[in-house]
Amino acid sequence: MTYEPVLTKGIGELDLADIEVYESQGGYQALRKAMTQMSSSEVHEEVKKSGLRGRGGAGFPAGVKWGFLPDDGRPRYMCCNADESEPGTFNNKMLIEYNPHLLIEGILLASYAARCAQSFFYIRGEFKRGYEILVKALAQARAKGYVGENILGSDYRQEITVHRGAGAYICGEETGLLSSLEGGRGEPRLKPPFPAVSGLYGMPTIVNNVETLCNVPFIVDRGADWFLSIGTEKSPGPKIFSVSGCVQRPGNYELPLGVTLRELIEEHAGGLRPGSTLKAVQPGGASSPVLLPDKLDIQLDFDSVPAAGSILGTAGVMVFDQNACMVRTALYYADFFSHESCGQCTPCREGTAWTSRILRRLENGQGAPHDLAVLRALKGTMSGTTICLLSDFSITFLQSVLTHFEDEFAAHAAGEACGLQTREVRSA
Amino acid sequence: MSSPAWVVERKGEIKEILSRYPYEKSAVMPLLHLAQDERGWIADEDIEAIARILETTPASVESVCSFYSLFHRTPKGRYVITVCGNIQCGLSGADPLTRHFEERLGIKVGQTTDDGLISLLVTGECVAACDGAPAVQVNLEYCGHVTLERADQIIAAIRAGDDAKAISDRFGISPKKAG
Ligand SMILES: Cc1cc2nc3c(=O)[nH]c(=O)nc-3n(C[C@H](O)[C@H](O)[C@H](O)COP(=O)(O)O)c2cc1C
Ligand code: SF4
Ligand code: FES
Repeated sequence: MTYEPVLTKGIGELDLADIEVYESQGGYQALRKAMTQMSSSEVHEEVKKSGLRGRGGAGFPAGVKWGFLPDDGRPRYMCCNADESEPGTFNNKMLIEYNPHLLIEGILLASYAARCAQSFFYIRGEFKRGYEILVKALAQARAKGYVGENILGSDYRQEITVHRGAGAYICGEETGLLSSLEGGRGEPRLKPPFPAVSGLYGMPTIVNNVETLCNVPFIVDRGADWFLSIGTEKSPGPKIFSVSGCVQRPGNYELPLGVTLRELIEEHAGGLRPGSTLKAVQPGGASSPVLLPDKLDIQLDFDSVPAAGSILGTAGVMVFDQNACMVRTALYYADFFSHESCGQCTPCREGTAWTSRILRRLENGQGAPHDLAVLRALKGTMSGTTICLLSDFSITFLQSVLTHFEDEFAAHAAGEACGLQTREVRSA
Repeated sequence: MSSPAWVVERKGEIKEILSRYPYEKSAVMPLLHLAQDERGWIADEDIEAIARILETTPASVESVCSFYSLFHRTPKGRYVITVCGNIQCGLSGADPLTRHFEERLGIKVGQTTDDGLISLLVTGECVAACDGAPAVQVNLEYCGHVTLERADQIIAAIRAGDDAKAISDRFGISPKKAG
């Protein structure tokens, strides 16, 4: 059976950023249904029942997370994580730019269910166009009575603030995001306490990804059973996969969770480019370990990918062909993580800088045999020793290629030229 | 002490920004964006003005400002071209593309053309446009599949005075039809 997209339906054909167009496609019906027929706990129950798991990387059930907010009379806040910065990931950007009202409807419903006093979008600074589109959509929604006081005649009130970031990957980490939103440097904080207990301004706070929230209107409108009928038992619902690299049609593909990696690459993304043979795939952004071509038949969901040795992560699927040097690829990531480390933790600050220095040496043919042992040992010093997971993430790809492409690293360490050229700019 | 003109000229907007948050301290980033929007970079007098608005010290505003790579503390050209230097763009030729921009503009990365028109930057952050690799932002507006030929066309459009949005509408990345 072919799957009918919901999150991305109409994108590329209709101007869904225009509220009239969005409404003509059934938009804001879920909000209307909730305001007229459902209590906030009924909305919460429906989302819990749907099994919706967070799309930001960790796959934590959204309804369960909302249930962690203590009921102690303090104001609660809802923050949408729209900082999308994981290399290889670009599905949030599409939803924000082309379906902003779905996102607004999603956050309104989530805040209703979790009984939040105010909502925030934390949008990546580079998404200037996305920011403008979201601000405009919000003004339209306010004019229609979907945002503000007495929404659709109910006693539900909700203010939504759009906060623009300014170029820092670490603000995608939920506590870094909160520090930034509070007006400070985007430095992550130790957990516990978790944001649900002590988050924005020390108040109970939920942080959810853009795509997570975009699923909520459909769950409310069509019911949890509809959602559960898509995807796998433990990873229900649709997912937008961002596919890039040496495929014929890089882009975003909305498919049921559990679709195979092979179907995604060969059918939807059009297969490999002429002349390319598959070398490796990262299924979940820069922080995910590589999978080799023998894993093409795995299902892409929150449990099958870990069973195969990687993570679903952000579902930023990067496809590498024979021309991609794994040492060089690891160096790109190392430079990135070293620049983005906030510097609070010594293992991360020093470790990312040294990783990048050693890999640059290897890439330039000036490595030493013991470099590989040093790189392997990072696992012990940089994992589980820091405030946030950036440190752990910074070496997961490296550790996986050190194992799977040991020869390539050994050749670099022996000073041999690797012969793999960076592809010159190809035509559009 | 003299204040930058935006403090008076955009008074209403400043008030609105402060009202968006339960605590005004959260307004530091939007105010930095506003200041940068005025002159293309953030000067000492902007930092001082923001500190006065938020009743805090210039040092604390500076410490926030310096954390974020999109806030510029030195003058930039009217157009800032930023080449994505992360993995997918790297594999699709971001390095030769950057060299090409340097040659055509007669500047190095980090510099601005003598006429003050164009600055060239490379970012290590993936700009979330890997489906259009190699990708470039012009004043944060997206251009994709930037071949050397398209790079020349983008420079020509800038020199012809086209708005960054119009350039992106012409050279941008259309969303793939999903499914
Ligand atoms: C270094 C780092 C960067 C992250 N970046 C993002 C991001 O850009 N967007 C996002 O939604 N989650 C990101 N996360 C995950 C968030 O911390 C958080 O788990 C997520 O926003 C929760 O939303 P969800 O439950 O809806 O997935 C990042 C985590 C880490 C450790
Ligand atoms: S692990 Fe790295 S990024 Fe995270 S808080 Fe520590 S230094 Fe900052
Ligand atoms: S690597 Fe350049 S846009 Fe993702």
